[in-house]
Amino acid sequence: MAKSSRIVPKITGPEPTPDTRPFWDAAQSKILKIQRCNSCHQWFFYPRPFCPLCGSSSVKWVETSGRARLHSYLINQRPGPGFEELGPYVVAVVELHEGPRMMSNIVDVEPDPEQLQLDMELEVVFEERGGVSVPLFRPVSEKS
Amino acid sequence: MTIRGKVAVIGAAETDIVGVIPDKSALELHAESARNALEDCGLTVADIDGIATAGPSPVNIAHYLGIQPSWLDGTMVGGGSFMLLVRHAAAAICAGMCTTVLITHGQSGRSRIGATSRVLEPSSLEGQFELPYGANGPTTLFPLGLLRYMKDFGLTHEQVASVAVTQREWAGHNPRAMMREPITIEDVLASPFIAYPLHRLECCLVTDGGGALVVTAADRLASLDLPKKPVYLLGSGESSESPLVAHMDDVTTSRAFRHSGRAAFQEAGIQHRDVNHLMIYDAFAHLPIYGLEDLGFVGRGEAGSFIVEGNTRPGGKLPLNTNGGGLSYTHTGLYGMFAIQESIRQVRGEAAAQVADVDISVAHGVGGFFWSAGTLIFGTKETI
Repeated sequence: MAKSSRIVPKITGPEPTPDTRPFWDAAQSKILKIQRCNSCHQWFFYPRPFCPLCGSSSVKWVETSGRARLHSYLINQRPGPGFEELGPYVVAVVELHEGPRMMSNIVDVEPDPEQLQLDMELEVVFEERGGVSVPLFRPVSEKS
Repeated sequence: MTIRGKVAVIGAAETDIVGVIPDKSALELHAESARNALEDCGLTVADIDGIATAGPSPVNIAHYLGIQPSWLDGTMVGGGSFMLLVRHAAAAICAGMCTTVLITHGQSGRSRIGATSRVLEPSSLEGQFELPYGANGPTTLFPLGLLRYMKDFGLTHEQVASVAVTQREWAGHNPRAMMREPITIEDVLASPFIAYPLHRLECCLVTDGGGALVVTAADRLASLDLPKKPVYLLGSGESSESPLVAHMDDVTTSRAFRHSGRAAFQEAGIQHRDVNHLMIYDAFAHLPIYGLEDLGFVGRGEAGSFIVEGNTRPGGKLPLNTNGGGLSYTHTGLYGMFAIQESIRQVRGEAAAQVADVDISVAHGVGGFFWSAGTLIFGTKETI
């Protein structure tokens, strides 16, 4: 399915804060960037100015592979504000290949449990929502 | 130091009715339940020197009722906040900060009279990492980990549905319950999806109502001429995990539940087999499944079959959510107060669906969408 076939929700976009701005700035360039600890070398998300796993203040922003697996999801039948025109949509927890999990929507696939198998491979795509580029995920197509 | 047996719930009551109350504000519901709880123990507002509530400020409740507090607590960590408030009240009483605490809940969740709303800014954590995905509110957040649980442990749709069926069976014994008609697993599975994999009958009600508790020191009980037997707090626990459901350590189990439950059982000094009545906050049908496992009543992956086998239904060995729960009794939004009320009624022996010989009851609450947890263990005087 072409990206243009998607209906874009009409929402106020997320508003970055100083601790999250590098994430959203990268997303604006269609890059999924999260943080990694220089001390314990673990990746983490959501953004914080220190490592929540070992407490180190030495952390860096690193581009991810943009690949993930479908960890869990639900198919929402009661759209939130701005999502009314989408019909049922998929709210998911995806597990990045680097380890951390994040919430996202699964797009370019029917919101049908038969089409959405847990652990299926996903790749990041970006969509403008409320003027902000937001990371979404779609199934990895067989040819890619 | 332990607070085991050092405080007791002496007054407990709900609003005159629960369900649909279109002619009363949320504050009126607080006040009505507070006055009912005071009447229940024969005290007046003049006897109250501590005030606690979740949602509105305790300042508002104290002033509305005419109370001059020496101690206030407005801890608001979701619908299970009342479990934490009882625990905090016990600590404050034991520390000598106050002697008699009134804990109130009132919510016009359905009629929205004098109600307040939770507004999330686009720069908040939720505004950045949940709202952009159309995830806002219980149905889009609470069930998010359930499919993972179902896949990892083989939990079936029928087993999840059986939670709703079992609780409806309890509600059938409770004239105050909003939904009392018996239902079958087929009925549940035929009801529309609200958020796959959860059907409408696996989601809580939305109602109006309130409840209140009066808590005081056990060593003051002899000086009070109480109309009903006090219910002692044997143990308690509280904890939290992530404000964002996607960032739980493991979406198939609550770290906050486990931490809170362990603390409560340790303090009470009891084993799971000693518990003869259990309340687990059920905003959705999968919550009793998580609760049974995370509190240690059954092993991982065993709760679904434990419920299907009838262990939690009337006549079963572990009666669970005997008022009908949030699924069938009432759910104003912050349901935790009602779970505590049912534990108190069962230990007193005055519940609508009274279980025989309850001497120890556990009331476990969740706050938000696995944000937080609170666990209370109540007992009769004989259990101390």
